[in-house]
Amino acid sequence: MDLLVSLARQLKDSLRDIAPVVLVMAFFQLVVIRQPLPDSLAVLDLLLGLVCVVIGLTLFIKGLELGLFPLGEGLARAFVKKGSITWLLLFAFALGVGSTVAEPALIAIAARAAEVVAQGGLISDTSTAQSNFAFALRLVVALSVGTAVVVGVVRIFKGWPLHLIIIGGYVLVLLLTLLAPAEMIGIAYDSGGVTTSTITVPLVTALGVGLASSIKGRSPMLDGFGLIALASVMPIIFVLLFGIVGIHLIPGVAP
Amino acid sequence: MTLIATFWGTLLDILPIAAIIFGFQYLVIRKRVKRLPQVLVGFFMVWVGLSFFLVGLEQALFPMGELMATQLTNSEFLPSVAEGAQRHWSDYYWVYIFAFTIGATTTIAEPSLIAVSIKAGEISGGTINPLMLRIAVALGMAFGITLGTWRIVMGWPLQWFVFAAYLLVIVQTLRSPRAIIPLAFDSGGVTTSTITVPIIAALGLGLASQIPGRSPVMDGFGMIALACLFPIITVMGYAQIAQWRATRQRLAPDITPSRSTLLGKGDHDAL
Repeated sequence: MDLLVSLARQLKDSLRDIAPVVLVMAFFQLVVIRQPLPDSLAVLDLLLGLVCVVIGLTLFIKGLELGLFPLGEGLARAFVKKGSITWLLLFAFALGVGSTVAEPALIAIAARAAEVVAQGGLISDTSTAQSNFAFALRLVVALSVGTAVVVGVVRIFKGWPLHLIIIGGYVLVLLLTLLAPAEMIGIAYDSGGVTTSTITVPLVTALGVGLASSIKGRSPMLDGFGLIALASVMPIIFVLLFGIVGIHLIPGVAP
Repeated sequence: MTLIATFWGTLLDILPIAAIIFGFQYLVIRKRVKRLPQVLVGFFMVWVGLSFFLVGLEQALFPMGELMATQLTNSEFLPSVAEGAQRHWSDYYWVYIFAFTIGATTTIAEPSLIAVSIKAGEISGGTINPLMLRIAVALGMAFGITLGTWRIVMGWPLQWFVFAAYLLVIVQTLRSPRAIIPLAFDSGGVTTSTITVPIIAALGLGLASQIPGRSPVMDGFGMIALACLFPIITVMGYAQIAQWRATRQRLAPDITPSRSTLLGKGDHDAL
């Protein structure tokens, strides 16, 4: 019964969150563009889609609060209690890699990137070379996210200030941008954005906050956040490096 | 058909994560999960919710957003110019307004941002208002996207904008309350997950293919890079304003004592 009441409250919040987009789109469609919708877009389908969005958002947020958040924080606390940092780092790495390697947005971007790179003459223009490249790129991005979560967890333990690491990362990105082949720059910047998927973000946040609140002398606010920031800078660095060095090391792709 | 495909896709997204979590829970920690049924129900709701959400986006928001992006950048829609004359950048004013409003409103509805703001509100003990945080992120996002569309119209190199934004981020970092910095950096990465990117990419693509001399491949991604940077700046700005107001209220003589201690705690460190 409690669940139903809190679901109803969440539904109200979801309606409030979706309403602005719908209003903006309706305004532009009715006042600015003033053209009839094409036949492929029926009003009924649009409304049905909006209902799906609202219901989906409600269930998702409530599910996070019931499942992902408590589990992530509980696990973080259990690791700290157990006192085994090796296992914790292994877990962090596995979580980063596992949540990224199968990410649909990453698969799509890697395939598109292979085409761009083949057109640019960096790899040979065959389908095997392209699929090898796409797979290697996915691995590189997944490894970079794993590394980022590990670095972030070590940072929480040591209490290093985040901004120094991030600014250092920015400087590295700038330097590598000067060296990397032009085709790889866009791909690298893009890959920083796709790694932070809708499921990874809440889980990684829960992990960071859980760790920071169970380690003595760490504040959840000051130390608990920052994993996502690392997970969006690290792929850029890794992919730029991959464009400079790694691309020549994959077997069977040289032009 | 798309319904089943989406459910299957999100299941593939969740399964490896669930396997890692439960694997470590049972093999390494070797303790039972507290309130296991509730956690399992939560996972199930995340799966079903995310699938419905994505189906709805595909059905309604993405086609509408893409349609409007192409219509707004279409040369028939823009004010007419004399034969052979160059268009002025201000002719695209509806594009800028659309970029700003759609950027802000889609960010408000972004699930992962909601998740992070819930956590931030929880652990800050109420000093951070989740909705205000989301509005700050949304404004930054909207500004970044609008700047991105303007850059495509002007054809200026992306690097200038990114470097300038980096510089602003660094200056802001030195001046804001220390406790907000990690959250601010996180909110830059959070914004580009589900809703915003496809609509923004469509807008960039439409704009870049309409204006002679712009390449759709190179210019589409530039908006996302900028959209990631500006939320960092606005979230730090929000913290600075909150801190400034708290200090001012504390200095005001007619404030009730209970409230002033609350606010006093709420500035430098607790924020």
